[in-house]
Amino acid sequence: MSEIVLKTEGLTKHYGGVHALQDADFELKMGEHVAIMGDNGAGKSTFVRQITGVERRTRGKILFYGKEVNFDGPLDAREAGIEAVFQNLALADDLDVPDNLFLGREIIKFNLGPFSILDYKAMRKATQEALVRTAVKIPNIRNPIRNMSGGQRQCVAIARTATFHSKLTIMDEPTAALGVQETAQVENIVRTLKEAGEPLILISHNMRQVMDLCDRIVVFRRGRIVANLKKEETDGQDVVAYITGAKTQPEYEGAA
Amino acid sequence: MAETAHGVGGLKYDHSKRARPPEINVLIALVLIVLVFEALGALLMDQSFLFDTRDRFDSIFNKARLKIIILQVAIIGIIALGVTQVIITGGIDLSSGSIVGATAMIAMSFAQVAEVNGSPNPKAIFGPWAMDLPVTVPILVGLACGVIAGGINGVLIAYTKIPPFIATLGMMVSARGVAKWWSKGNPISFPTDEYAAIGAGMTPVFIFIFLAILFHFILKYTVYGKHTYAIGSNEAAARMSGINVARHLVLVYTIAGVLAALAAVVLSAKNLTAQSGMGIMYELDAIAMAVIGGVSLSGGRGSIIGTCLGALIFGVIISGFTFLRLDAFYQEMVKGAIIVGAVVLDQWRQQRNANKS
Repeated sequence: MSEIVLKTEGLTKHYGGVHALQDADFELKMGEHVAIMGDNGAGKSTFVRQITGVERRTRGKILFYGKEVNFDGPLDAREAGIEAVFQNLALADDLDVPDNLFLGREIIKFNLGPFSILDYKAMRKATQEALVRTAVKIPNIRNPIRNMSGGQRQCVAIARTATFHSKLTIMDEPTAALGVQETAQVENIVRTLKEAGEPLILISHNMRQVMDLCDRIVVFRRGRIVANLKKEETDGQDVVAYITGAKTQPEYEGAA
Repeated sequence: MAETAHGVGGLKYDHSKRARPPEINVLIALVLIVLVFEALGALLMDQSFLFDTRDRFDSIFNKARLKIIILQVAIIGIIALGVTQVIITGGIDLSSGSIVGATAMIAMSFAQVAEVNGSPNPKAIFGPWAMDLPVTVPILVGLACGVIAGGINGVLIAYTKIPPFIATLGMMVSARGVAKWWSKGNPISFPTDEYAAIGAGMTPVFIFIFLAILFHFILKYTVYGKHTYAIGSNEAAARMSGINVARHLVLVYTIAGVLAALAAVVLSAKNLTAQSGMGIMYELDAIAMAVIGGVSLSGGRGSIIGTCLGALIFGVIISGFTFLRLDAFYQEMVKGAIIVGAVVLDQWRQQRNANKS
């Protein structure tokens, strides 16, 4: 449990004159589930966008499994093993569940270059297995994604990251738009990931959810990290105090 | 109750509520249109549209009319197969008609015979070296024209990010210019017998059917097909999933160009001549076939089967008008209305889908 999955040193992002992210030092250990909390505009999503290669950082270092990485784009990050589930889901609406799960990495029966023949059977089977493993309930996997509820779509997106054993999963407010039952379903998937020992960064505004699912809470405020709290040593009120600026951890003093 | 515990996780799944494939609706439309012409035929012409009503029992259908319907749409149908793929990626190809014109001219000039009735070919384009060449030469030259024109379309759209409408509009004008420039506007005639055989009799229909089956398979069962739908469905998601969208678009537009070129070879072989005005408005007919067949202009949805049914609807309407002895002017008016109607239907379908979820 000591190996470090992700480490950032002095990660900084400026949008023109706006210091959206300032000197963020962050660490994620093997099998750890870390929550990132903070008000809107605190720098949470900016932080994630630097890690997943969606944007180029202004300065700072990102170390992934001990190696410094410079992703040219989200595809680069994905190939390195960082899977992100964003709020605006990256799913093809007109394709069904197996097609979406295997999009860009289809199982092939017969290699003919771009005209390689698809192995639908194997993909369907693997999809069924992935859904069972993550306890995702979808009535008919051959239905186009278009016809599914928000929760089912979210589950498909998450199942995709779980299917390919990514080295790091990042979820940006995965339950923000979901109902009670759908939220519970997504949370169940997160628990399965925890049992499987897969590391996760979860951005959420939902205190109960964070306390339920994560080992550690990192609080962002005005572009800086202001607290790094173990779940056992804190409670909801304490975290809120850090988010609102009533408190700042001594080691981050002077930062905000 | 048609409920079964088929779903993953034991969720109930009602098979009877499954959306029926849109191709069924197109098929129903085709049957309805045939019935309308049957009814009009019985009322106005006192004869049947598709059935053989004369006192011969050797056939149920009016074979001659069926043949004409299929032959009429076969050549534009070949173009429509490529246009279908382009539209599924969310694009449009306005250049196919002009590619037909340019390719017909260029391919035909490599298919000429040296002597016509004992005297030298009066329409000869090149010197004696290009006379009586084996039939593979004009075919390969024609396909190369398609690769170049389609490839330019694809590269423009994929790498300069200009809208497909503009890129292919440019190619439409330029390729027509090539067609006129090639022989300074003169028609090119007198092909070899082997070349003429490509367009003789029902051969165009067989070529169309073969290509339709081939591309149905490719779109449904290959990575190429899957990525084509994925790009039309959500280009950003396709890119995020690791699909090389730019390269794929070049491939799709190149294939569309090649299919237009093939149509040009078949058409010039059928007519035994090539003229710079060949294929004018074919692009719109091909787009109409696809749209009538349920290919969505917003991308992501449609199929080769749908386009083939759309082509049949097209053929039925044209020969239905001829059957009712209506002037060609009316044909064009109604054709325009049908294209608009098909797009309106597509919009309705999408709104209904959006409201459901």
